[in-house]
Amino acid sequence: MPEDSSSNAALPRLRIDRVAKRFGPTVALDGVSLEVAAGEVHALIGENGAGKSTLMKVLSGAHRPDGGSLTLDGRPFEPSDPLHARNSGVAMIYQELNLSPDLSVEENILLGREPAVLGWINRGERRRLAKRALEEIGQAQMSLDAPIHSLTIAQQQLVEIARALVGEPRVLIMDEPTSSLTRVDTENLFGVIERMSQRGVSVIYISHFLEECQRVASRYTVLRDGESVGTGAMVEASLEQIIQLMVGREIDEIYPRTSRSAGESVLELSSVAGLAKPSCVNLTLHAGEILGVFGLVGAGRSETLRAVFGLDRLANGSVSVFSQEATHSTPAKCLANGVGLLSENRKEEGLLLNRSIADNLTLTRLDPVSRLGLVSDAAQVAASEKWMAKLDVKASGAAQPVGELSGGNQQKIALGRLLHHDARILLLDEPTRGIDVGSKAQIYRLMNELAGQGKAVVFVSSYLPELLGVCDRIGVMCRGELSEVRPIAYWSEQEIIRTAIGQAEPREVAA
Amino acid sequence: MSLSTLFNRRINRLGSRDFLKAIRPFVGLFVVLLLFAMDAELRSLFFKGSNFKMILTQTVIVAIGAMGMTLVIVSGGIDLSAGSVVALCSVVTAKLIEQGHGFAVVLLLTVLAGGLVGLANGGIITAFRMMPFIVTLGMMGIARGISKWLANNQTVNPEQPLESVNSLMDNSQSPLTFSPLPDGVWLALGLAVLMAVVLRSTVFGRYVFAIGSNEDTARLCGIRVNFNKVVIYALAGAFFGLAGVMQFSRLTQGDPSVAIGLELQIIAAVVIGGASLSGGAGSIPGSVIGAFMMACLANGSGIKDWPNYMQEIIIGVVIILAVGMDKVEPFIQRLFKRQSSSN
Repeated sequence: MPEDSSSNAALPRLRIDRVAKRFGPTVALDGVSLEVAAGEVHALIGENGAGKSTLMKVLSGAHRPDGGSLTLDGRPFEPSDPLHARNSGVAMIYQELNLSPDLSVEENILLGREPAVLGWINRGERRRLAKRALEEIGQAQMSLDAPIHSLTIAQQQLVEIARALVGEPRVLIMDEPTSSLTRVDTENLFGVIERMSQRGVSVIYISHFLEECQRVASRYTVLRDGESVGTGAMVEASLEQIIQLMVGREIDEIYPRTSRSAGESVLELSSVAGLAKPSCVNLTLHAGEILGVFGLVGAGRSETLRAVFGLDRLANGSVSVFSQEATHSTPAKCLANGVGLLSENRKEEGLLLNRSIADNLTLTRLDPVSRLGLVSDAAQVAASEKWMAKLDVKASGAAQPVGELSGGNQQKIALGRLLHHDARILLLDEPTRGIDVGSKAQIYRLMNELAGQGKAVVFVSSYLPELLGVCDRIGVMCRGELSEVRPIAYWSEQEIIRTAIGQAEPREVAA
Repeated sequence: MSLSTLFNRRINRLGSRDFLKAIRPFVGLFVVLLLFAMDAELRSLFFKGSNFKMILTQTVIVAIGAMGMTLVIVSGGIDLSAGSVVALCSVVTAKLIEQGHGFAVVLLLTVLAGGLVGLANGGIITAFRMMPFIVTLGMMGIARGISKWLANNQTVNPEQPLESVNSLMDNSQSPLTFSPLPDGVWLALGLAVLMAVVLRSTVFGRYVFAIGSNEDTARLCGIRVNFNKVVIYALAGAFFGLAGVMQFSRLTQGDPSVAIGLELQIIAAVVIGGASLSGGAGSIPGSVIGAFMMACLANGSGIKDWPNYMQEIIIGVVIILAVGMDKVEPFIQRLFKRQSSSN
């Protein structure tokens, strides 16, 4: 509460002082210090593996620190488990949302703290509390009875925030809250964060999107290799300075672009429509080009790729691959034709998490690693090690299960599978979602290299800077329809957004 | 090449954890045998050639069933109809012998009959996207019912026994016994080697793991998931059919009410062998060792004259231990770590 913070002006809400944590020989945190004032939005920035998630786990009580101290409003804060942390006023919103999909919005908001008498839930009270929580984040219009699985990801996230607010948190920690949100939903979320900050809730905002951090946070701390390497006011730091702190070296060029020229057309979609989405997509993809597709979540981008790849049914239209009719295809046929798809959900769909890196890399094309019909482990490992070196994958070896790798390294394995397959047409759905800056830059470089080799790339993304930085041409999807695909020079961020929200018609622009 | 370098090579290929997991059933068996060796009575009666011949013969039915079940479980499914299919196929064998067919025809048609039931399982599961548990639970009743119907609800005793089938599980009556073990044991061993290679090293085997690990990913990678699943259930059914022939051979009669609950023994063998019921993990050698270990425990308990209920308790504990090791190991490691860090 604001009065609180003014009376204790000198006292930070949360103080993290030289916290250290090691797991066996691995040092996860090596002296992290951080101070957050009441009502402050503090950006916590760092590459994957920098120690952000360990720090979160220390704050939530999942791990005990080996050294250093935590202070909450001047009192020592030693959470013994997540429930204790929550009751002390430190709430978390994880990247993977923790909602029960079959329960309603109301039930989820009060889950675990139902107002009850002798085990009987007081439904009226529960409804009142849930309603108040939604009102506090400006979402009074949301239906309390809708089951969670009927909501969009963005709405689910708002429910998660409402749930956190019910506990009257003093500190709210948000891990990559916008990684699966569209621009509009992101703006909405920022509004909610602002409201909470005005109410005196301190927010620790963890994100890879530096522009967002600049937009929403007043101060920042950068973690690198388990240490806090820089902290300060957001307005005084430039993006380049922060990136340099994160990686500890200069990133020469985040978006490389070597000159290349597009070849013949390799993939043509005409009036492609799926059962629900998309409704009409026309595009021609050429060898040696990167074609970007932007759109809000739900615009039908992933569905378009899935329909082309034969994962979803096609209701209308035709597809041709290398001038061959390929309208009602299957993944097997697509792969045989040299078309590869990178799924946007690497954990649910993209990877066999409990299988080895080698199995994951070679699965679509086992014949080069087989002899006499038998798959050779040694050949599989040798082939995998080649791609692991090429993609700079950090792992203990080709036998390590993919589920143990960091997000960025997992994504490199999913992408590596298309390279091992030697796909000539790559359909990449959000290839950089939720991964660290270093890995992103490597993936951009790889895409640039592939296009230079004459391969054709469709690059679906919700992140405008990367689309503008990497693509040769861009099309924008809105409500199932793809706009005309135009050269990069035509587009500005504003123009793309206008098209994505359906405001690109001449009369609208004129108005 | 020394044994240790061979071991090291395997560790390098598999990763040390996978290697430890792969040898766990063998370690478990070793521990059981070690415990048996500490008992004087078991030492003299258990560790005898004739006793091992008996144990191996007793293992055959569960082991052959476990080979089929391993495919199904690794692919993320389950087949509860195994026991009923074994009973059905023992009746089919008896009926075919009654009709005067020769060895090859009896074997082939019975295996085919089992395969057809599996085909039905796989077909229904994939065509209607139904849970394998439910479909095979239904099939368990259907196959049991058909076998009773076929056998007029009584055992089928062929008047003219077919010696080649009877000797599968008992070679003591054969005039020419060069082999110390009955044919059925050799057949099971040969199939185990074959299936181990199929599951581990063929493209089909890799697909089985991929489907069990994550069906969506398998589909994305161009694997024809439905087709492969049908093949997996049909193959499993064929193995249960072969186990049915062995079941006939053991009793020398077709019995429609035999092998009740056998599917659970088979599943237990597969799980003791390191398979995960959520799919994506398991091995044929492990499952066969699991079946052998259960037969050893039953045999040892018999020698010690322990009552039946003791055997049941012991095998129950072994199942939980075998699967629990996964959870217990990290816990023990943590304990050690805590001690070493507090020192």
